Amino acid sequence: MIDKLVMYLQYPFVRYALIVGILIALCSSLLGVTLVLKRFSFIGDGLSHVAFGAMAIASVLNFTNKMIIVLPVTIISAILLLSGGRKAKIKGDAAIAMISVGALAFGYLLMNIFSTSSNLSGDVCSTLFGSTSILTLTYREVWLCIILSITVVIIFVLFYNKIFAVTFDEDFSKAVGTKSERYNFLLAAIIAVIIVLAMNLVGSLLISALIIFPALSAMRIFRSFKSVTISSALLSVVCAFSGIIISILMGTPVGSTIVAVDMLIFGVCCVIGMFTGGIKE
Amino acid sequence: MSLLDIQNVSLGYDSNVILENLNFTVNKGDYLCIVGENGSGKSTLMKTLLNLQDPIKGKIIKGDGILPNEIGYLPQQTVIQRDFPASVSEIVVSGFQARCGLRPFYNKEEKKLARENMERLGILNLSKRCYRELSGGQQQRVLLARALCATRKLLLLDEPVSGLDPKVTADMYNLIKDLNNDGITIIMISHDISAAIRYASHILHIGSNVFFGTREEYLSSDAGKFFLASEGGVSE
Repeated sequence: MIDKLVMYLQYPFVRYALIVGILIALCSSLLGVTLVLKRFSFIGDGLSHVAFGAMAIASVLNFTNKMIIVLPVTIISAILLLSGGRKAKIKGDAAIAMISVGALAFGYLLMNIFSTSSNLSGDVCSTLFGSTSILTLTYREVWLCIILSITVVIIFVLFYNKIFAVTFDEDFSKAVGTKSERYNFLLAAIIAVIIVLAMNLVGSLLISALIIFPALSAMRIFRSFKSVTISSALLSVVCAFSGIIISILMGTPVGSTIVAVDMLIFGVCCVIGMFTGGIKE
Repeated sequence: MSLLDIQNVSLGYDSNVILENLNFTVNKGDYLCIVGENGSGKSTLMKTLLNLQDPIKGKIIKGDGILPNEIGYLPQQTVIQRDFPASVSEIVVSGFQARCGLRPFYNKEEKKLARENMERLGILNLSKRCYRELSGGQQQRVLLARALCATRKLLLLDEPVSGLDPKVTADMYNLIKDLNNDGITIIMISHDISAAIRYASHILHIGSNVFFGTREEYLSSDAGKFFLASEGGVSE
């Protein structure tokens, strides 16, 4: 078992997958707490479908670098969803469902009409479920991911107190003069970047799992924002790491293995939470 | 010069005018109670005073060097807060968010002031507890402590006693009165006209008939007399 692992770790693509997987798990879990509390658990799903639609447009237009279209479109959708907030005419879950289903259908339609490959359903399936793309990362993509992840973590730490304040009570923040729109904007942009990154790892459909499971698990046990945030980041990293290792050893799909581990940990946290009634500290 | 001077203000949503030609002033040390029926525009007025919303017409002049970030606000509780994992001290210190500006973390002085405010409201022993596990009255004290972190001058309270039992309600009113006696100006929205008469120095009654004046003037006004008659008289 260990021998097999050591052997695999000698391949650069396995190391790349581990680095990228852990970084994405870390970033998505940091924002997960805020998103779950803001009732935006499904934003991962919605935005990843938007990214899927944008990717379809990019392939139809034969762009070599698809990110040029995917990233801006996703960021704009994220901003529309999050900053519309309570004033929007169509809000929360309805807005996300609308954008998500619409973009998914539109993307699939485009791919179907302008199909460039013979294996269409295979393409769609790998975009949605991410099957193997994490194992085909290039050196450059790994560096891009490292830089973006570090940026996300730094921004999160610097604005941690503001993000907490604005999430907990937006009206109070506005009343005392915090520019809450700016922070919502910032959050939306970061979330969009993470989702586009995460599509490589687990595919569109499983991004929500990366965002919400660690946060929900941590909220079963811990009772303060700081401890929930830190422990959800830790849980997420541990789950991603063990998920990738298991999938390599057992030959299972990476994304679904990580999510399975996340679900397992959630179950464990629920049980612990039931017995302790939560740690009071 | 007064803290707040409201001149010919009209309020409403979109093009729907709820209140027209509102005039009143708030001076330092006042305890103003805004009373009125549901839908009379109390909350809209509060949002306008807090700069969350612009008045349709008219001017709100802030005097005495009150900056937007020197107003403390006790909002009504939101749904999000009911399952928010946050400790009491995290919430109270977030009252300093505006003072922080772009500085990412709270400094020692702010943490110390936050502790003092918790002590002042008798919740220092709860500082490590989780907000959502507290009772309604304790939660209101936490939010009040946060509001005190944001200001030393002006507190705006939106229905601070809604959902509290009579004893906790009385405690809360006394606490607010104490803060007022310490020199903090209070503007409070309330349903509770009898409490307004008991504690406030000024009363603004909005609705079909708008009244603004001191507590004594209110008692001898038509609106006040109507209220007194319906209550069977409130002892002076």
